[in-house]
Amino acid sequence: MENYQDLPLDLFEKAEVNLDEKEHIAKPSLTAFQDGWIRLKKNKAAVVSLFILILIFLFAVFGPIFSSYDYAKTDYHHTFQLPSREHIFGTDQFGRDQFARIWYGTRISLLIAFAAACLDIFVGVTYGAVSALAGGKVDAVMQRIIEILVGIPSLIIIILLMMVMPAGIGTIIIAMSITGWVNMARLVRAQILKLKSQEFVLAARILGTNSRKIILKHLIPNTMGVIVINTMFTIPSAIFTEAFLSFIGIGLSEPRASLGVLINNGYQVLHNFPHLLIYPAIVIVLIMVCFSILGDGLRDALDPRMRK
Amino acid sequence: MPDKQPLVSVNNLKKYFNVGKNLTLKAVDDVTFDIYPGETLGLVGESGCGKSTLGRTLIRLYHATDGEIWYDGMNLTKDLTSRESFQFTRRAQMIFQDPYASLNQRMKVMDIIAEGIDAHHLAADKKEREEMVVELLQTVGLQREHANRYPHEFSGGQRQRIGIARALAVNPDFVIADEPISALDVSIQAQIVNLLQDLQEKRGLTYLFIAHDLSMIKHISDRVGVMYLGSLVELTTADELFTNSLHPYTQALLSAIPLADPNLEKSRKRIVLQGSLPSPINLGSGCRFASRCPQMMEICKEVSPELIEVSPAHFVACHLADR
Repeated sequence: MENYQDLPLDLFEKAEVNLDEKEHIAKPSLTAFQDGWIRLKKNKAAVVSLFILILIFLFAVFGPIFSSYDYAKTDYHHTFQLPSREHIFGTDQFGRDQFARIWYGTRISLLIAFAAACLDIFVGVTYGAVSALAGGKVDAVMQRIIEILVGIPSLIIIILLMMVMPAGIGTIIIAMSITGWVNMARLVRAQILKLKSQEFVLAARILGTNSRKIILKHLIPNTMGVIVINTMFTIPSAIFTEAFLSFIGIGLSEPRASLGVLINNGYQVLHNFPHLLIYPAIVIVLIMVCFSILGDGLRDALDPRMRK
Repeated sequence: MPDKQPLVSVNNLKKYFNVGKNLTLKAVDDVTFDIYPGETLGLVGESGCGKSTLGRTLIRLYHATDGEIWYDGMNLTKDLTSRESFQFTRRAQMIFQDPYASLNQRMKVMDIIAEGIDAHHLAADKKEREEMVVELLQTVGLQREHANRYPHEFSGGQRQRIGIARALAVNPDFVIADEPISALDVSIQAQIVNLLQDLQEKRGLTYLFIAHDLSMIKHISDRVGVMYLGSLVELTTADELFTNSLHPYTQALLSAIPLADPNLEKSRKRIVLQGSLPSPINLGSGCRFASRCPQMMEICKEVSPELIEVSPAHFVACHLADR
């Protein structure tokens, strides 16, 4: 059609724009948690990791109950048994059932990791938040303290502490937490410093909202993502540190078991009975890898910038 | 309007920031003006000239270095009791520039708008709170069901309206709009400006409207102040400013507005300023605009001009107008 003015007018009709329609949002209303879950579900690796972790967790809690053997009960007639119907994972040098010991050890390792992570969150979030909110000289002094702590190799602090304090689970948790909270404190401080000057916090101040409410309703909820993700990376590193300490012989002592103790035992008889090393090693590898993948997935799912 | 009592009166206000050893950034330096009840005072100037700092100092987000701010007979620059400053939060509110940063991502629109209602305990129970929020939503052209949404589900214009509803929740008399439209599309800008004007008519609001868009300022303001490097260089009614500007900086700004008529646009002459904005750190004496002024004189380098009333309600700070 060359001349558009010749078009018959009755071909056109006036478009009606409904003002209400214009403001309508088609997407269903979701909470931040639902939204994060939907996006986490799209990440197959993270979902599989979550599933494996839940499985390991259930075994750690209930596994020893289902086993007819006690983790500490020795049986010198059946030492170094290979995996069989009687003993699914075999027995160790004292004839203790390896299946019961692995899940007991996993339980202890997870307990240590979760306790250390909780202490990290508690100390780190408080320290970081106070540092960011106080600002000025208080902030400067608190940051110098952190830098000093970072400057000393944490392994030295941990080993020294373990020598001074009585051996046990409590000592390991405290020794790891003494330096472990530093990362959390730094992340929380950075996040709150960023949030503190954002317009929605200024708006809250102008509206007369008190400081307690600003911290609880604005600052903490917006720091949650950072806290969750950092915890996801703290837990495997705590498990690994504990295993390492037990492996070099300054962690838990017999007959108690942790994954590190089991690996140390298995390592000594690696040539003849590799199954004593392989099973606890598989469990620790699964825990580490799954936590890392889940942490990555959560970071993507919780980050509002990744929102489509 | 000068016969009326001003609502906000700013006298020789200064706001300096320490930016290092012996370095001060004079963000707002010796600014004096009044805002009368029911009017819109526009504030223009290029980026970094201290417009937003001035707005934030007025609303007590920053502590003034020197000078006085009087709000309806109350001196805001002396230390207020916590009760006084809490009550002030019901009288003056602010609308922010960035509609993405000014709403908390983790809160529902209901709770965002109700923040002022909660802080001042304006609603007796949950139901009344909800009714107040819905009424505010409808005032700004949104709907009841939007209350249960999160901010990220809204467009920029919708978010800005949520921000306006939040500010209106405490029923303020005075609203500082800190570049409320500069982050929005042009079509949405008109919508927001019209909404602000409607609200002013219905609720008798007084605005301090900060912007750098001159055409928009002309449209919304009764009077306009022009800022350059932390000081006010010209202050007059919008009509007077656009027809009879006296300060060379204002003239240069106005010459940059494109004209709608293509024939007039062809003959429009732009005054292009030489150089760039000097750093506001450790300025010397003399007129701040001297380094870029096309009509610079000897006196400009030594003496800083005062803001004087050259004709009724027309203030200008320039030695040219002095004579």
